[in-house]
Amino acid sequence: MGQPAASPAIAALRERIARLEGGPARNRATLPFGVPAIDKVLPGGGLVLGALHEIAGGRNGAIDGAAAALFAAGIAARTKGKVLWCVTRQDLFAPALAQAGLLPGRVVYVEAGDEAAVLACFEEGLRHGGLGAVVAELARLSMTASRRLQLAAETSGAVGIAIRRWRRQTEATDFGQPTAAVTRWRVTALPSRPLPVPGVGRARWQLELIRVRAGESADFEVEACDAKGRLALFSGLADRSPAARHGPVRAIG
Amino acid sequence: MGQSAPSAETPIVMLGRQGNRRLVLAFDTAARAAGLRVGIPGSKAQVLVPNLQSFDLDAAGDAAALDRMALWSLRYAPIVAADPPDGLIIDTTGADHLHGGEETMLEGLVSRMAVSGIEARAAVADTWGAAHACARYLARPTFVAPVERSSAIMLGLPIVALRLPPDIVHGLQTLGFERVGEVDAAPRASLTLRFGPELGRRLDQATGRRSEPFEPIRSDELIEVRRAFGEPIGAAETIARYAGKLVAALCEALEPKGLGARRLDLLFHRVDNRIEAIRVGTAVPVRDVKRLTRLLTDRIETVDPGFGIELMTLTATLAEPFGAKQIISSLVEEPEPDITDLIDTLTNRIGEQRLYRFSPVESDVPERSVRRVAATAPDDGISWPGEWPRPPRLLTHPEPIETMALLPDHPPVWFSWRGIRRRVTRADGPERVFGEWWQRDAEVIAVRDYFQVEDEAGDRFWIYRSGDGEDPETGSHKWFLHGVFA
Repeated sequence: MGQPAASPAIAALRERIARLEGGPARNRATLPFGVPAIDKVLPGGGLVLGALHEIAGGRNGAIDGAAAALFAAGIAARTKGKVLWCVTRQDLFAPALAQAGLLPGRVVYVEAGDEAAVLACFEEGLRHGGLGAVVAELARLSMTASRRLQLAAETSGAVGIAIRRWRRQTEATDFGQPTAAVTRWRVTALPSRPLPVPGVGRARWQLELIRVRAGESADFEVEACDAKGRLALFSGLADRSPAARHGPVRAIG
Repeated sequence: MGQSAPSAETPIVMLGRQGNRRLVLAFDTAARAAGLRVGIPGSKAQVLVPNLQSFDLDAAGDAAALDRMALWSLRYAPIVAADPPDGLIIDTTGADHLHGGEETMLEGLVSRMAVSGIEARAAVADTWGAAHACARYLARPTFVAPVERSSAIMLGLPIVALRLPPDIVHGLQTLGFERVGEVDAAPRASLTLRFGPELGRRLDQATGRRSEPFEPIRSDELIEVRRAFGEPIGAAETIARYAGKLVAALCEALEPKGLGARRLDLLFHRVDNRIEAIRVGTAVPVRDVKRLTRLLTDRIETVDPGFGIELMTLTATLAEPFGAKQIISSLVEEPEPDITDLIDTLTNRIGEQRLYRFSPVESDVPERSVRRVAATAPDDGISWPGEWPRPPRLLTHPEPIETMALLPDHPPVWFSWRGIRRRVTRADGPERVFGEWWQRDAEVIAVRDYFQVEDEAGDRFWIYRSGDGEDPETGSHKWFLHGVFA
């Protein structure tokens, strides 16, 4: 809770709520995005480590999960330690993840075959404690399953990322069901900024923070992960001079 | 036999004494083609086939060799026995998951034997009798009978497949029986009266109506601990508790030798003479009681205790000495947490092939630029060259798309993929990928031109044209979608 308490009564209340939520033993470290606008809306100033986070793609991304995978790779790249990536059927292209900063030596892939096995491996990975991040691609995530995953993540301090991905567009409505995840994001591709020459610029995403525990939802327009897995806030000004573009906004990002 | 070994075309028979006659007991394919059969007198065979080479059969030596082979095949499953004169029985229950399924395991087994010069045939079925018959009397060298279907397959096989003495087979053939199914359908009483109980027993064993236990082979060199129970046990918690005790005893036995377990077999001898087994493997030698117990107890649910278990044995089928390890001496450097235990747990749950890392390969062809390596392979720190954007999702098979594009080097104006037509607003390319002539002849002049295209909504795709746009020899000039960008 970033903001200072308005009064001792509120501070006491917050402490009580925190105790109800799981006690002081809980790992409260966070992983900032390095983009002040995003970090500001997240309690603790970043993505809580030792917790479950959900990411889904918008539009086509709900099926192919490409942007969601890169966003997750960017987060995993900024953690320390190995990363476990559980999928039902493998279609990730590792060079792209390496371009988002997640080097091939750090990721162990698990091709579990079915959703139940993915969930089991996901939980096993979260419980282990030696991993930096555990990513799993899931279509269904029930309240019970997500609660188990959240508790497992709390005990180990690894960040758990559930990439929600469905076979059909109509199944994506499942994303509205409540889960125990601490944050829930939706990443949708936006048209990239026109370049002065023919070509395709850096990818841009509409990043929606749909739900965050003890915080308010928000949405951002960001530039996709760079080679270190960092996002940058889209300035909204297409025709600024090159000097200004490489100025403060990029420096923060 | 070295230099003096006869060539493959020479017919060879093995002769042995039966009573006071020398008979043909085994022969090779060339001799079979010449019309020889088991049971022909040796002198008659010599007359029938010119340049026939005959050797004396060394039954004891063959049995010892078969035992050695049975010990070797312990790597595939915990319950193995020699099936003289020419077979091995492997109980694959609870072991195929480590080898990527039954079919992969069989193919691996047969090809490993072929490397050492043994022509083997293998089959998996519900019963020993059915597997024995399928391996010997089906055309395919490896065969996996679908679960619960093996007795139906068995009924279609000739009666020699029943493991009966030759005189009973001959007698049945005289009566006009040809297939197992015909014998099975005939009234049992009169057949038993004529041929004795053996025929009914073999029929029941092959179709699974009667159990057929066998004594698994064990070697004295293996480290083994066992525990017998006065009162049979059956509850999962009890099994788990005793598994823990056995692991502790095994680790104590491993310690003086400086060994760690790489593979453990936990065998449950049931009161009804059946044996259930759990096999677990580890990526590195382990002697940690807690970790090994955890691996074993994870799989207890796969064990069917039946009416109770009276004996549990735990064997380290594969034990290796601990390797030397560098301990980080710097105060600044943080040790990398060890995740081999997690990898072991997951491997034993879902299989070795399903857990891997990707490692770079120097190839410009996208699907060849990644290689799967073992999850525990050392990290060499190499990554892919990052100049060109790569999509996070790559389709296993590039999908053909309809496009309209200017040749030779323009990206499409629009394309239609999976029934949706998209207008291309921005594009980057071409990135030309040449075929690798050292891989296949067809790739000597093959070319792919990759483009990154973005549609009006901002979705990006990785598409390519097969061919360089000018020379039809370089490719079909059709367009394909190969990946999805974010």
